[in-house]
This record gives sequence, C-alpha cells and structure tokens, in this order.
Amino acid sequence: MKTGTDRVKRGMAEMQKGGVIMDVVNAEQARIAEEAGAVAVMALERVPSDIRAAGGVARMADPRIIEEVLNAVSIPVMAKARIGHIVEARVLEAMGVDYIDESEVLTPADEEYHLYKSDFTVPFVCGCRDLGEAARRIGEGASMLRTKGEPGTGNIVEAVRHMRKVNGQVRKVVGMNEDELMTEAKLLGAPFELLLEIKRLGRLPVVNFAAGGVATPADAALMMQLGADGVFVGSGIFKSENPAKFARAIVEATTHYQDYKLIAELSKELGAPMKGIEISSLSPENRMQERGW
Amino acid sequence: MVKVGVLALQGAVREHIRSVEECGVEGIAIKKVDQLKEVDGLILPGGESTAMRRLIDKYGFMDALKEFAAEGKPMFGTCAGLILLAKNLVGHEPHIGVMDITVERNSFGRQVDSFEADLAIKDVSDNFPAVFIRAPHIVEAGAEVEILSKHNDRIVAAREGQFLGCSFHPELTENHDITAYFVDMVKEAKAKQLV
Repeated sequence: MKTGTDRVKRGMAEMQKGGVIMDVVNAEQARIAEEAGAVAVMALERVPSDIRAAGGVARMADPRIIEEVLNAVSIPVMAKARIGHIVEARVLEAMGVDYIDESEVLTPADEEYHLYKSDFTVPFVCGCRDLGEAARRIGEGASMLRTKGEPGTGNIVEAVRHMRKVNGQVRKVVGMNEDELMTEAKLLGAPFELLLEIKRLGRLPVVNFAAGGVATPADAALMMQLGADGVFVGSGIFKSENPAKFARAIVEATTHYQDYKLIAELSKELGAPMKGIEISSLSPENRMQERGW
Repeated sequence: MVKVGVLALQGAVREHIRSVEECGVEGIAIKKVDQLKEVDGLILPGGESTAMRRLIDKYGFMDALKEFAAEGKPMFGTCAGLILLAKNLVGHEPHIGVMDITVERNSFGRQVDSFEADLAIKDVSDNFPAVFIRAPHIVEAGAEVEILSKHNDRIVAAREGQFLGCSFHPELTENHDITAYFVDMVKEAKAKQLV
C-alpha cells in the first residue's frame, strides 16, 4: 500500500474534470458551493479581488477558516500557500487539506524557487502562462495545472491567452520529431523528459484548469471550448448579487459548454457580475501573473 | 457489437471510454438523457458524487437511469459511481439506489490517505493495481451480492446480477481486466435479450 504516488495525486485532479472549483471564505459559502454542484472548494481568507483591494502582504489563510470549511463539506477542500513557502504548505498538509495551490494570488515567499512538490504526500496545483512554466511546475511535482489568468479582475482575457498559449505549444511539441525536442526544451526552459512524455501522450500528463478572471457562465464555457479540463472561479461567485444562482449557472455552463440555448437560458437575470478591471489599467507590479517564473 | 455508455456529466469520462475501447467495443459519452437508448450498458465514472447528483437531477437523468436499471441492462459504478448505485449510504440519502449495498463515503480518509494497492479480484485478476482516491467502501452487502474483493477487511468490489461496483479507479491504470469483465456482462445481457 503506497500513499502520495503520482497516480494518486494526479488521479485526484482527474476526478475533478468537467467541474467547477469555487473560492470560499467561510463554512456558509462552502455549503452554498457544494449545494450548487462544485467539485471542490478553495478555502481562503479573502477572495482575489479583495486581496487586490486590501494590498499589503497576502498569506496563507487563518487555519481556523480552513478547519471550518473542512468540517462543513464532504467535497475536497483546497487551500493556497505562498510560492516557495515550505512551512505554509506543510501546515496545510498537516491539517488534511486535499490539494494545495502554490499560488501567485498570495505574495511570494521566495522569488527564485518554487516548492519541491514531489516531497509532499498532498498534491499541488500551480499556475502557468505557457508550456515552459507548465513543464517546470510538473517537473517540481505539481499534479494539476491551471492558467494564471489575472486573478481578481473579472476579465477573462489573460486566462484565454494562457490557455491558447499552452495548448498551442503542446500541439507544436506533439507534431515535432524527437530530434527537435531537446532544442525546444532549451527554448521553453522545460524538462526534456516531459516534452518526450507530452509527445507520447499527445497531451499534458496532468489536467489543466482555467483560472484567473472567470466572471460569467459564458466565460466558463469559453474556457472549456478552448480545452480547459475544468474551471476555477474565484471572486466571480461570491462577489455577484445572487451567489447560489450564479454558482449553479457556472456549473451547468461548464458541463454543457456547447449548448448555447442552455447558456442563454441560465445567463438570464443573474444580476450584475463583478465589475471587473481592464488589464492595461493594471501596472506591471500589480499583475499577479508576473509572480513566479 | 455492443455499445457501452459512460455517464459524462463530470469526472473521469475520457479514461473509461479509452478503457472500453481497449476491450474492443464502442464507448459513448452520455451527456443527454436520450443517448441512454443507444447503449447496452452504462459506466458511472469516478468524480464528485454530489456534483454529479446535482446534474443528474437538473437534466432529468434520475428516472431514465432507474429505467435503464429496470430493463436489466448492466451498470458499473467506480468510486463516485459506486455511491450513485448504492441502495443505502451512511449519513446520506441514496441516489439511484439500485444495488443492494450500504456504502460509506470518503471512508479511507482525506486525500493524503489516498493510496495504491494490489488486489485479488474474484474472476477478474489475482493482482489488480487499484487506485483509491478519497474512496468509499461497501459497509454491508445484501444476500444476493457477490463480494469480489476486499482490502484490509473492507469490501471494495462487488457484483449483484447486472450491477458491478468498486471503490477504486480502474480507469486510471493500464489494466483493463475489470472493464473487460463488465463488457462481458454487457454482452451476456444483450445476448439474453435477443433470445
């Protein structure tokens, strides 16, 4: 009997496919998310848009909030640790969190090194903007990927950019000859063995979800069409006027992402989505996606 | 040739379809209720049972799934799918409720307790690589239920006539023995209907 194997850690993310993972800040929100059909919740102290508004250093959530959420729902509970913060990650693992997001939404603890995630029993999800970044994270032991997008903006444009970029680069690798892959690995800054594996499988070896800017059911469906395996929704749900209704609509749009009549129906009278931020109005130091490498 | 459906509301659909195809029959992702008519057997995949249940209700799958069972067509539930099939759940109301077993959810613990183990499964394999992820187990099985496998004294695979269920995820491995066992069940059931 073996725990913490790649198969067990990656397999856990496979089970989330086609589903929606929702940011929650307390037990009540977690129950609303579970009731709406979320496949997991991300327990946070503040959603990304509030982290953005508050400024200062954003850290791992208060363990009491995480404990409260762990006790409130039967679906998996994820939590965020700062990039490179070994102890925050170990604390979350010790608490029995089901997945850790080594996340650029929090202020990085290490500007040079990410966590060596293979050392942990608990699986990790990490953000990526391109295949090089995706492959480096998998190389360190990430069992699941997500686009970085631009969290807390309610603007889908960056998530679209990142999903298209990664998938385009995967297609390129799959179409290349083996003798071209080492040079591609050098150019991407990606582990060579992973490119070989991607070529053999015809896809990434782990699931890749959309995250960072999903604000409407149509946004979620768009990301699924672009090849996302599922969707993270952060600020979008509990910053909307009717979170329960909004959450259900996002879940359905993710399942039936090509059923446009249905998406039209469930987008009706949802109330105002979060206001959103135009990306060009964010100065580079305020772009969370620039954190990590 | 028989056709095997995989309920495709959420979860490990692609892997099951691949496994079915490896067994030499056609696999179909079932997203709409009408599609159930096209298939001779149905796999309920791993995923999150609460999320699947919400979508089952939303799209009116529940009656159609019960009818599918009533027609005697084989159904195979893995992990979350096992939970959907069970007549009784510890601490929760049952879902489709057709297989005479009592199932406890997340009974091996949280994700850090998820594990791999080699299992002997009666009539299937002496050494099956089983992947348990936040897995349920069968607490109690009715008189007509045949127990196929146990892990540490817990029932983790069982069959009751047309119903097959397991706690683990055969779709995450390259071993298709248990899928092949199910495909045989589907072939037998279809042959009987034609007679």
